[in-house]
Amino acid sequence: MEGTVAKLYRKYIMVVNYVKKEGQNNLTIKSLTWRIVLKKKKSGIQFFLQLFWATFTLSAFTFGGGYVIVPLMREKFVEKYKWIDEEEMLDLVAIAQSAPGPIAVNTSILAGYRLAGIPGALFTIVGTVSPPLIIIAIVFVFYDAFKESSAVSSVLRGMSAGVAAVVVDAVVKMALNVVGEKSVFSTCLMVLSFIGVLFFNIDVKLVLLVCALLGLAYYAWLHFGKRDNSNGGNA
Amino acid sequence: MILLKLFWSFFQIGLFSFGGGYAAMPFIQEQAVDINGWLTMGEFVDLVTISQMTPGPIAINAATFIGMKTSGVLGAIIATIGCVTPSCIIVLTLAYLYYKYRGLPAIQGVLKGLRPAVVSLIAFAGISIVQMALFGGKSESIFSIDISSFDVVSGVLFAAALVVMRRFKPNPIYVMAGAGFVGLLAFYII
Repeated sequence: MEGTVAKLYRKYIMVVNYVKKEGQNNLTIKSLTWRIVLKKKKSGIQFFLQLFWATFTLSAFTFGGGYVIVPLMREKFVEKYKWIDEEEMLDLVAIAQSAPGPIAVNTSILAGYRLAGIPGALFTIVGTVSPPLIIIAIVFVFYDAFKESSAVSSVLRGMSAGVAAVVVDAVVKMALNVVGEKSVFSTCLMVLSFIGVLFFNIDVKLVLLVCALLGLAYYAWLHFGKRDNSNGGNA
Repeated sequence: MILLKLFWSFFQIGLFSFGGGYAAMPFIQEQAVDINGWLTMGEFVDLVTISQMTPGPIAINAATFIGMKTSGVLGAIIATIGCVTPSCIIVLTLAYLYYKYRGLPAIQGVLKGLRPAVVSLIAFAGISIVQMALFGGKSESIFSIDISSFDVVSGVLFAAALVVMRRFKPNPIYVMAGAGFVGLLAFYII
């Protein structure tokens, strides 16, 4: 399984390099080749178990909830296993954010669905939900002892410092990726939306909505404003 | 009957908690404390504290805790299933649409706008995580940090872990587990 994925990935790199040499629209071709390379959905018990275990361990370390799982999942799914590419991962997070429910659960469902359809989604959802379910069930039984234990809380405090470092590391990588696109539009959007949520407490939903519309407008401007020098429709 | 009631209560919590994380909290309080009386207000506050100290989304933690309290392990499982069912249906529908239509030029434009925004939202969440780890999350926003609540052990651990991550790029799980272990050692030494 790993071998095939690696082989496909190497092929993908070759295609990308070829395209770069030809000087065509790198981004579109890149997402196209990804779709071809990864279209074949994965199957087999071993893969499903791997999927389950990957989400299980991710969820077991998702302290504080919310977005914490995203950088961790990116590390595992994008960098380690190369199951999903960076852009698609960010798309999945945007989708997860626009549906109700915990983001950790939503992102896992999406990743599982992406890799192995509905059965994949079932495995990742069980993988994500099990650790908190087991841990809270145990905590409930030892509720009083747990509340008093300063040893337990010092382990958790140490861990949350570690988690914070991992998250910062991942955020730096993601931000560098966006800057590395050398697109003024993307970089500005990132900086401005960051300032918006940090300094002006703008609602997350509103930020996503405005950015989606700006992206649409930017695309329309590129597409219709400079039609003469491009290669037309690239859908 | 209680199982059905649990399922339905947490189904509603899952359905209405947009934005994840703390967005679910008022709905959990409404369902568990005000409407059904499964928890007292004091127990609810304890539940929130436990959720912060343990992994997992607060809605799932609450579902397990309240399920355990009202009807044991089966209750915990049923409540958790109720909590994730709305997400499942809605997210899978959106995923289907995404993979069907993402090749369209207009959708490409939308996604191009969304990607940088998502990165900055994650960065914003990262700040509050760092703040919680280093200052115990006592302040309301990063502009009102109480310097005296700075936790030296956590600060040193955070800096060390960050250096290790950037330089050696290990599996993050080891970094987190290692930080937990050092935290325990520090507790016994200091």
